[in-house]
Amino acid sequence: MSDVKEQVKRFILEEFLPGAEPEELTETTPLIAGGILDSLATMKLVTFIETTFGIKIEAHEADEDKLGTLRDIERLIQSKR
Amino acid sequence: MIDPGHGEISYAELDRLSGLLRDYLHHTGVVAGDRIGFFLPKSIDSVVSIYGILKAGAAYVPVDPGAPAARNAFIFANCGVRAVIVQQRFAETLHAELKEQGAAPELIIVADSGEAPALRNVLEGLRTQMGLAVSATHHSNPDDLAYILYTSGSTGKPKGVMLTQRNALSFLDWCSETFQLTEQDRCSSHAPLHFDLSILDIHLPIKHGAAVVLIDEKTGKDAARLAPLIAGQRITTWYSAPSILALLAQYGGLGQHDYSALRQILFAGEVFPVKHLRTLQQLLPRPRYYNLYGPTETNVCTYHEIPKPIPEQRTQPYPIGRCCSHLECRVVDEHGMPVAQGAEGELVVRGPGVTQGYWSLPEQNAKAFLADTQGDLWYRTGDLVIEDNDGNYVYLGRRDRMVKKRGYRIELGEIESCLYQHSDVEEVGVIAIPDEDYGVRIKAFVGARGEKRLSVIALKAFCAERLPNYMVPDLFVFPPRLPRTSTDKIDYQALKAL
Repeated sequence: MSDVKEQVKRFILEEFLPGAEPEELTETTPLIAGGILDSLATMKLVTFIETTFGIKIEAHEADEDKLGTLRDIERLIQSKR
Repeated sequence: MIDPGHGEISYAELDRLSGLLRDYLHHTGVVAGDRIGFFLPKSIDSVVSIYGILKAGAAYVPVDPGAPAARNAFIFANCGVRAVIVQQRFAETLHAELKEQGAAPELIIVADSGEAPALRNVLEGLRTQMGLAVSATHHSNPDDLAYILYTSGSTGKPKGVMLTQRNALSFLDWCSETFQLTEQDRCSSHAPLHFDLSILDIHLPIKHGAAVVLIDEKTGKDAARLAPLIAGQRITTWYSAPSILALLAQYGGLGQHDYSALRQILFAGEVFPVKHLRTLQQLLPRPRYYNLYGPTETNVCTYHEIPKPIPEQRTQPYPIGRCCSHLECRVVDEHGMPVAQGAEGELVVRGPGVTQGYWSLPEQNAKAFLADTQGDLWYRTGDLVIEDNDGNYVYLGRRDRMVKKRGYRIELGEIESCLYQHSDVEEVGVIAIPDEDYGVRIKAFVGARGEKRLSVIALKAFCAERLPNYMVPDLFVFPPRLPRTSTDKIDYQALKAL
């Protein structure tokens, strides 16, 4: 897994999935449809990504299309760097 | 009425389109007392549906468009709707789920997107095809059912709170007196339409000829998008659960926009943490702030205007306030007898705003009401309160296992019933824990069947398929055994200490 994905994964596991087995969170696990990120969690994740990677995520990007899986999140971050 | 980004509709057009829906419903044989559902995102179409259904003399049954289709199908089958107005993308799954539950209401299907309102095309098509005659708006009686709102049920199935024309109108008349809307007002509709806050949001501005600004679910959760919208739409009266106001205060960048139009902020549904309320008031000092309280069964039954400014040292939440003038409130002990002022007890309510009961749940109805010594019935809120020295009620907690999260009412038992459906689950205990950021978090203790290994991610996904997202537990813990009481029931007190 890429470094970007690893960092985001670690954050999600620590913040929103305490007790989960790290290997079960794969790059295609549905984060929003799968009940892992609710609206407040999504906002916290966006703040984390913005500060960690020094990018700006627009309000309309904070949705299931762009943040639905770790793979989607990596794609979003890469597109902005 | 404005649906930002999607269009707007005048009163004349709302009247015309809801008239067409009335004519169609009458044409298909709908009569007073029938139930008609709608499964639509909040939109001009859903408001046209509300008024079309009411004009036909029927009661409307809104569902959460984000909830699983099986849950919504249960609701429609439960109250025997005659028809459902449904968006194309939900229609096929809904049809299949309804069939499974042995129900076959007519589905009136509207397009997913395109020119708003999409329902207009459907209704005009029906009129041309069927040569619909103009029918008269049904002249409702005060005891006619106006709408049924389903809330979380402790037995694992949602329960339908039946509200009559009198229930709605007595509440709206109280709102008129208290909030004094005029044609110049612009009111937010933030809450979803299956939520009781929507009764004020939609019907009160329309009663006064004011403008309604519809806020879709996605924008409504997103402080960064919502803050400029409230300013840009020149909203004068805002009403929502406290959670989004707390997010606006923290993440909304409220200092960057002009809120000079905003004259009152109403909130209801849960306790507003004073820390966030104070921040909000510092950022928006001009509007008046009101804490409204009441379960779906009564709509708002007490209210309290928050004094300004909030003292720096205050941490204690504000009272829920005094009884609304159209209702009577009383605090009773466990035997149903009134307690002295200042003593703890359960808040009970009666009056024209109070529900007649739940759809087809006689046992729950019997439990929900208390008969006093004169034989008068009082609705038991299940909320424990005291009356303070100023005559305000102060909320203390719940008598049972219901919690509020982001303004939504959650029966912890419904989450447990869901988890028990999982084949690897042996035992479950769900509790709510207070949380500074989230208000409350839902924590599930789950014991596995045999040697099975449970997965947090798999259980979250399992719940997300069956429950609305606000009911998916935030935290899972897998203890080897759940603590039990001497009578072999799950020991919730012990779980809280784990």
